[in-house]
Amino acid sequence: MMRKCWAIAKKNIRIYYLKGPVLIFGILFPAFLFLAFAIGRNVPAGSLVPGLIGMALFFTASATTPAILPFETRTRTLERLLVAPLPLSVLIGGDVVSAFLYGLFLSAIPLAISFGILGAVVTRPVALIASIVLSALCFALMGTLFSTPPTDEPSAIMTLANLVRLPLIFFSGVFVPVSAMPQWGQWLSRISPLTYTTELLRAGIGQDVQIGPWWCITALIAFSVAFWSISMALHRRNMCRRLAL
Amino acid sequence: MSAAIQVDGLTKRYNSHLAVDDVSFEVRVGEVLGFLGPNGAGKTTTQRMLTGVLKPTGGRALVLGRDIVSDPVGAKERMGVVPEVANPYMEMTASQNMAFAGELYGLPGARIRARSQELLREFNLWERRDDIAKRYSKGMKQRLILAMSLIHEPRVLFLDEPTASLDVESRRMIHGRVRELSGRGAAVFYTTHNIEEANVLCDRVAIIRDGKLVALDTPEALKSTFAMSQSVVVSFSRPVEAAELGALDGVTHVEKHGDKLHLFTAAPGALIERLAGYAQQEHVEIVSINTPGPSLEEVFVSLSSDTSRSGGPR
Ligand SMILES: Nc1ncnc2c1ncn2[C@@H]1O[C@H](COP(=O)(O)OP(=O)(O)O)[C@@H](O)[C@H]1O
Ligand SMILES: [Mg+2]
Repeated sequence: MMRKCWAIAKKNIRIYYLKGPVLIFGILFPAFLFLAFAIGRNVPAGSLVPGLIGMALFFTASATTPAILPFETRTRTLERLLVAPLPLSVLIGGDVVSAFLYGLFLSAIPLAISFGILGAVVTRPVALIASIVLSALCFALMGTLFSTPPTDEPSAIMTLANLVRLPLIFFSGVFVPVSAMPQWGQWLSRISPLTYTTELLRAGIGQDVQIGPWWCITALIAFSVAFWSISMALHRRNMCRRLAL
Repeated sequence: MSAAIQVDGLTKRYNSHLAVDDVSFEVRVGEVLGFLGPNGAGKTTTQRMLTGVLKPTGGRALVLGRDIVSDPVGAKERMGVVPEVANPYMEMTASQNMAFAGELYGLPGARIRARSQELLREFNLWERRDDIAKRYSKGMKQRLILAMSLIHEPRVLFLDEPTASLDVESRRMIHGRVRELSGRGAAVFYTTHNIEEANVLCDRVAIIRDGKLVALDTPEALKSTFAMSQSVVVSFSRPVEAAELGALDGVTHVEKHGDKLHLFTAAPGALIERLAGYAQQEHVEIVSINTPGPSLEEVFVSLSSDTSRSGGPR
């Protein structure tokens, strides 16, 4: 089953990594958003690092999965996948793996900027690595959750995904650290998985944190498990409705 | 075990609409079973339940002894499926599509390469194996889909109208391959709405209408049903009494559509001669005459008037 899962992931890498909506919402959009925020603001360069890496992971890892199922529905390649001898979890798992790797590989860009240009220094490598790996996984799984409505319109799912992702970045410690937020903001920040990414990144590069690293790791795992369980339940219910489209 | 596919009381309900209603049949080893019915009869719904894509509302289906609901992966491992509308990945070449299909069935790399070469050659796609599927004609795409469905040498094959609106060459290739596979012991479930195709290709034909199985027999035994539904369509230079034509030998009934008369008969050839005689005798000219061949709708007319058959499809 691992091989079948990888076969699905490989197919996704080949076909969907370079699809328009994936490139636009996974790379260009967060890049411009970040530039718009960072340029002309008088803040120490190092304080931009967690937001930069966190936001990149958030958008790239959750960019491919919402596109895959609507595309497969529209191009009529889905039914052949459904008649193949593999459980639905392996099929969706392959989508998650390709999304996870997309997030992981592309995080190299903000990492290079952070450590090469902005002068960040790693103080706790385990926290840094855990934040990157767990966040890529968590956001890939969040992407599958977005892809559950049975539609053959990739743009509809992309809109839905942005409707959720955009507000989240404003209270997740991307632009303003959690420790600098007002009380209500801090409460709100706890419901966003991205908060735990940025806090864990701060811990990794020796900045002040409000939430301990172990809490962050636990929270990211808990979000991942929840995203997976909910999206599998919804996919099980909705998958055959796609065939009627 | 001689039944490769065993179907018992299979039922699918969409809200209040019964798309497939208590359908039972079996497909034997080495047999091509035609699943014949007009659009909306429930053919695709049936195939999707048998291939584990849709959950049945009721009933049971075994493929090579594996229950499609309780052991879907086991049942799917040994079946090849061509869905009604399916495409290869347009961005990938034929070779890449074949490799992906092989990997989904857990085949080792060497086996995938050997089978791909064999199948792509056979379906006349070998020269174009490194072209992306986007550049293929419709027939080539469908041949590639069939090749992909055969990569793991399935012993049971499900095909949903695989030749609908294809060119002659592709159609011939697909028919040839289906015959050959059943000759080597594969069981084939072949969906079509084309009587002639069912007639020439299938060992037995199941006829489905409004979700119900209305007949299941060899083409030979169904021939009287098919023959009964043949017709001659004729028009004359001046109006002619329909009843007069109905009285001709061999005419079962007559329908009038505009200036054309639809004469149903088991022997259209002989009827044409009689019509020529009639025209001469009555001093009218035949303006047009043709034999449209049996249509499904007409088969159903004769099937439902034949109550002895519609009672027991088995
Ligand atoms: N997902 C669905 N929801 C509701 N009705 C459906 C759905 N799929 C098919 N049907 C209905 O079920 C009937 C059988 O359809 P189908 O199996 O596609 O027929 P066929 O393949 O013989 O043309 C049709 O009346 C069709 O409208
Ligand atoms: Mg159909």
